[in-house]
Amino acid sequence: MSDQLFETARSLEHRLLADMIRIRVFEERCAELYGQSKIRGFLHLYIGEEAIATGVMSCLGPTDAVLATYREHGHALLRGVPAESIMSEMFGKSTGCSGGRGGSMHLFDESVRFFGGNAIVGGHLPLAVGLGLADQMLGRSDQVTVCFFGEGAMAEGEFHEALNLAALWNVPVLFCCENNRYAMGTSLQSSESQVDLALKAASYSIPAWSVDGMDVLEVHKATTKALTAIRAGGGPMFIEFQTYRFRAHSMFDPDLYRDSDEVEQWKKRDPIMTFGERLLDAGDVTSDDIDEMWAAARAETEAAVEVADAAPLESIDTLLEHVTLEASENSSPGPDTPFVDDDEVWP
Amino acid sequence: MSAYDTGEGIRSMTYREAMHEALHEALANDDRVFIMGEDVADYGGTYAVTKGLHEEFGRDRVRNTPLSESGFVGAGIGAALGGLRPIVEIMTVNFSLLALDQLVNTAATLLHMSGGQLNVPLVVRMTTGAGRQLAAQHSHSLEGWFAHVPGLKVIAPATAEDARWMLPSALADPNPVIIFEHSGLYNDRGPVDPNTGPVDLDRAAVRRSGSDLTIIASAGMVSKALEAADQLDKSGVSADVIDLRSLRPLDIPTLAASVARTNRALVLDEGWRTGGLSAEIAATLAEVCFWSLDAPIARLAGVEVPIPYAKHLELAAVPQVDDIVAAAGNLVRPIE
Repeated sequence: MSDQLFETARSLEHRLLADMIRIRVFEERCAELYGQSKIRGFLHLYIGEEAIATGVMSCLGPTDAVLATYREHGHALLRGVPAESIMSEMFGKSTGCSGGRGGSMHLFDESVRFFGGNAIVGGHLPLAVGLGLADQMLGRSDQVTVCFFGEGAMAEGEFHEALNLAALWNVPVLFCCENNRYAMGTSLQSSESQVDLALKAASYSIPAWSVDGMDVLEVHKATTKALTAIRAGGGPMFIEFQTYRFRAHSMFDPDLYRDSDEVEQWKKRDPIMTFGERLLDAGDVTSDDIDEMWAAARAETEAAVEVADAAPLESIDTLLEHVTLEASENSSPGPDTPFVDDDEVWP
Repeated sequence: MSAYDTGEGIRSMTYREAMHEALHEALANDDRVFIMGEDVADYGGTYAVTKGLHEEFGRDRVRNTPLSESGFVGAGIGAALGGLRPIVEIMTVNFSLLALDQLVNTAATLLHMSGGQLNVPLVVRMTTGAGRQLAAQHSHSLEGWFAHVPGLKVIAPATAEDARWMLPSALADPNPVIIFEHSGLYNDRGPVDPNTGPVDLDRAAVRRSGSDLTIIASAGMVSKALEAADQLDKSGVSADVIDLRSLRPLDIPTLAASVARTNRALVLDEGWRTGGLSAEIAATLAEVCFWSLDAPIARLAGVEVPIPYAKHLELAAVPQVDDIVAAAGNLVRPIE
């Protein structure tokens, strides 16, 4: 996972490029698998936006918490959720990180503090405030909660309630707005009266600024700056990462609402291609290095597909599992609840 | 012996005092517990249940929130995931509709969506019910809506004793638990045993034993049912009165055992009749007790109207003692 400390700038740059490539390869394979009906439901691809998850995740430690949207395969992968666990989940298999209950939109892994995979737009922002509040009240002062969301969420009431609470309580939360300019098919101009999103967030007395989300090093630098301030007790911060999704909203989307010229213009700024060229020009990588990165990513993805293909389905006998827990499964306070069992039978 | 045992044995307490003491105990016993909601600190809570707690436990643990029901219920879910044991107070069930997204789409689903990884040990308290002339945006009984949702536990303490002792069990429960407190009960007095300790959350209680019919009630309807049963007794009709206590899960075995004995059932519900909890109970009893019934199962529920302000209209909109007596009378009358 991306929480390792990098010894040199050169290895950091290698890692950022390799991680963006991992997401790209994984998701391009997902699109193929969708075509083959191996993956069903909604599938939202992050292709074009990889620099954001990659740059942000490269700054996090293992005790930080991450919440993401339904466009979260890349975030999960870089947070350390194993590729085969993600792929299995999308195949609906028992080896999936959510046991086949979640699918593409609901990837969770408590072991790496990855709290989804949330598909109610804006709904997870208040959760981020609560996770930050828990860190604050329990004295875990070095921990930060990072919350990713799209610009579409900024029209939801929960965005405003969450930012207001976060500021009032000074919780250690980094709000990462992935502004890809379209909420499904609705453009930023049609959904926001104030298109300067940092200005909007700043109205809650939260430090807020805008960053080029197509430049992974800029993302990394901005996140480092924000996390340093938050860990020092600076309270919540907001960064708008300006980006673009190259694919349609989901596999069901005919993409009728965007000009193809606009898409092509943005594709020229492909974060993987541009960063790779920069590193090549600077002599920081060779084309062999880059070829190796693609090959390693393909190997990771193909191994995941193999595991997912071979994995068993959950037994229907388990259908009712994970709805509620028994009281005895709690780690919570107080004496155990005495449970009366008088073997009552239905008359 | 509990720290709240004054040596006087069983005490008479109001429902409000009992809930206050339960909250005090929860805060005193576990540093992870905190209360948040609108005006829970200086104001003392809309119904004065949390009054004074902030002075003893501080404003971090008795935490005022802005008017952001969705925001602070969601923050409660996050805090629970982060290792705290939040008790969130929402002023009324009507306001909880602003937080339905968090309760239904998130609190109730996280355990399932995450394949069993993330449970949400969250307690949400809110008032319900009519009777204070607060009209159509503060008086409804929507607890049946929450009882519809798998993943939630829904309880409705109807006595001071349950107000005192269901909370520790709710806090010990690993699932989201919603506590409905009928606003008409806060000043009602009842016996409270200082040493009961946590009680089960999913059993109904037989509050009065009778042989001619079973009256099934919850929350604010329980005391009305008991009063009606007293009147019925004088005319020679003896009623079992069952207090549901838990609205999800429903304790069908206890209900069915009573109906199998009395052969008649009257289901009370302050909420609306159509699609309500009374419909669920009546249908289930019809499935499991059909062959022991001597009469069709009867329902007495809220009239299908938003709760009106004027006292006489408000009283007419929800079941009253006389209505219960009349409905019970119809149920036990020999079929002509």
